[in-house]
Amino acid sequence: MAVIFSKPKSLTDAPMHYCPGCTHGIIHRLVAQAIDDLGIEGRTVGVAPVGCAVFAYNYFACDMVEAAHGRAPAVATGLKRANPDNIVFTYQGDGDLASIGTAETVHSATRNENITIIFVNNAIYGMTGGQMAPTSLPGQVTQTSPYGRDTNTVGFPVRVCEMLATLDGPEYVARVAVNNVKNVNQARRAIKKAFENQINGKGFSLIEVVSSCPTNWGMSPQDALKWVDEKMIPYYPLGVFKDRSAAKEGK
Amino acid sequence: MTTEILIAGFGGQGVLFAGKFLAYKGLLEGRQLSWLPSYGPEMRGGTASCSMVLSDEPVGSPIIANPDILIAMNLPSMDRYEPTVKPGGVMLADSSLIDRKAERTDIKVFYVPATKLAQEIGTPGLANMIMTGKLIKECGVISYDSVEETLHKIIPASKAAMFEKNLKAIECGYNYE
Amino acid sequence: MKGNEAIAEAAIRAGCRHYFGYPITPQTEVAAYMSKRMPKIGGTFLQAESEVAAINMVYGVSAAGKRVMTSSSSPGVSLKQEGISYLAGSDLPALIVNVQRGGPGLGGIQPSQSDYFQATKGGGHGDYHLIVLAPASVQEMADLTGLAFDLADKYRMPSMLLADGTMGQMMEPVELPDKEPEMIEKPWALTGTQMKREHNIVNSLYLDPEELERINFERYERYKKVAENETRYESYMMDDAEICIVAFGIAARVSKNAVNAARQKGVKAGLIRPITLWPFPEKPIAEAADKVKAFISVELSMGQMIEDVKLASSCKKPVYLCNRTGGMIPSFDQVLDAIMNAAGGDK
Repeated sequence: MAVIFSKPKSLTDAPMHYCPGCTHGIIHRLVAQAIDDLGIEGRTVGVAPVGCAVFAYNYFACDMVEAAHGRAPAVATGLKRANPDNIVFTYQGDGDLASIGTAETVHSATRNENITIIFVNNAIYGMTGGQMAPTSLPGQVTQTSPYGRDTNTVGFPVRVCEMLATLDGPEYVARVAVNNVKNVNQARRAIKKAFENQINGKGFSLIEVVSSCPTNWGMSPQDALKWVDEKMIPYYPLGVFKDRSAAKEGK
Repeated sequence: MTTEILIAGFGGQGVLFAGKFLAYKGLLEGRQLSWLPSYGPEMRGGTASCSMVLSDEPVGSPIIANPDILIAMNLPSMDRYEPTVKPGGVMLADSSLIDRKAERTDIKVFYVPATKLAQEIGTPGLANMIMTGKLIKECGVISYDSVEETLHKIIPASKAAMFEKNLKAIECGYNYE
Repeated sequence: MKGNEAIAEAAIRAGCRHYFGYPITPQTEVAAYMSKRMPKIGGTFLQAESEVAAINMVYGVSAAGKRVMTSSSSPGVSLKQEGISYLAGSDLPALIVNVQRGGPGLGGIQPSQSDYFQATKGGGHGDYHLIVLAPASVQEMADLTGLAFDLADKYRMPSMLLADGTMGQMMEPVELPDKEPEMIEKPWALTGTQMKREHNIVNSLYLDPEELERINFERYERYKKVAENETRYESYMMDDAEICIVAFGIAARVSKNAVNAARQKGVKAGLIRPITLWPFPEKPIAEAADKVKAFISVELSMGQMIEDVKLASSCKKPVYLCNRTGGMIPSFDQVLDAIMNAAGGDK
């Protein structure tokens, strides 16, 4: 029988704990696929966050470390400096990367630390049960913004890619989504490029993946994907925000 | 034998450097020693200070309560530390900046117009080393031998010009009567 | 050589090639020294964006199996506690240097020992200890730095050098080790599987309470071994002592002079100087409790170690406190008075 679809080698057989309809599974697969395609599983070390993806260390087949909340880029910095031949990536959510870990994110970017960051933005704290995230949309109802995010009192969402693109440091900053086949394919290419950049010593690459959280958004998986199109992407436009090497080559 | 030396003055008078010189000098003579700058609670009232303990045995406390030898580079330092000098001890005072005489009668006192002398011999700012020269002469704690070697140790080669000036200042103090 | 520089050079000689820090007085010389030396020997010096980031970079290097350190002073060490707890929870070795200054809050920049509780009782959240070494000379700043790396690796736990501003700023002659450090294998390190082994995971998360309990119990078994094998102290004039001073770091230096002076006055004083603050030298203090008339805990704090002295001596004899705090150091006279009072009060 011809095999037309299989699990990437870089994922373990551990059953994932993610909710039905959650896009973490897709993103895990894309990361593992990139590691497989580039043949780097044996020298890759991943950094798991605090948040829904906390158990990522059970799912990726490469060496994994669990970091404190928001500190993954600092831990990755240490790993990479200790063994520059290793390929080091972090996998972080929006609370982790854009709230409690803002400083680590910005400074690893400005140092152009030669690491790869996968940033999953689903506009909510999932693991703790649906609190307002730094990326929750204006007016978005969450457990801790029951009347909708009031920008007068709690301010506006953080657009991480746009912010990091203002820095001279980072090599590559792009935003993708995984809510339809076309976007998944684009995301796959971007994630692979983010790893290639590291292999080629180009430096800091961050891929923001606009994602969904049907459970905490209180929607069906299909409606959640639609909400990504209708609400999230207009606020978080997809695209490449910085690509230093391409800019140099005049592309 | 253990000798406790306290050098005190304004910041910028080279108090720490003079102490460092004595410390390295002691080291070259094979003595045990400690050098403690006035990063500490003693740093107040306009004085910066530096404590050295030179000993033939391992140094106990590096903190000096009652020095055997005091170099007072300014009036606040003399006011503050003169009463702490051990009976029978020595105080050296920069008389170009301190216009009073010692109150203690149970210690030996030497007045050296070091700041004025430093200007006269063309080594302004090296009153500290003139006082150090006088200390070597009068106190017998450390010898004059290997002064040059010590200076080479603490003055980087890139500042060779400073070497001559420091040596001149030490000689000036050593020969001041 | 200054105490702070001795730490830095000794760390390099112990095979440490990675340093992460953030500026704070009075330990700046450590970072300055590292910034000069590391680039020349192929090491990493990185001034991190925060103390929190610095300790997590340490976490990363340690997880990768390399010797690594950070240094700071009291307020900065408070910030590092998150990472220190994670290091302990993940069984990772590392050296944290705390050149203490007065607190709480921003406190002052003068020497202090008021982080004793924080250092010896864990410091961050959760059940854990650090190996805590307390140098009392520039020579020990160097020697204990090397030892801290060795013990951390051996027992897979973070160690702390608990110094104070005096030790950091003081210069004394020092002999540095010139032996190649002995490095032990770290099969748990994250170096990439090279497709030759199962993937390694470095982690401190255990949602199953029974598993977490089991791991904590195992860790404390290891701590027991550390206490059995690695407790270090100096005993001075204790053979016939009637008054026993317990002091570490700069307080022990002052106390030693006071012990000598008390002996000249006919009072049999002695000193137990803990070199490891954790594990605390309980045994010699317990033994002394049967022989001496009283203990005096000499500290640069409001009295923190005194609790351990009371515990170790089972309160069999009075334990007096002789202390200064906020950046002040107990004077020779103060300690001598405390000895004379303790001796006299009993007569």
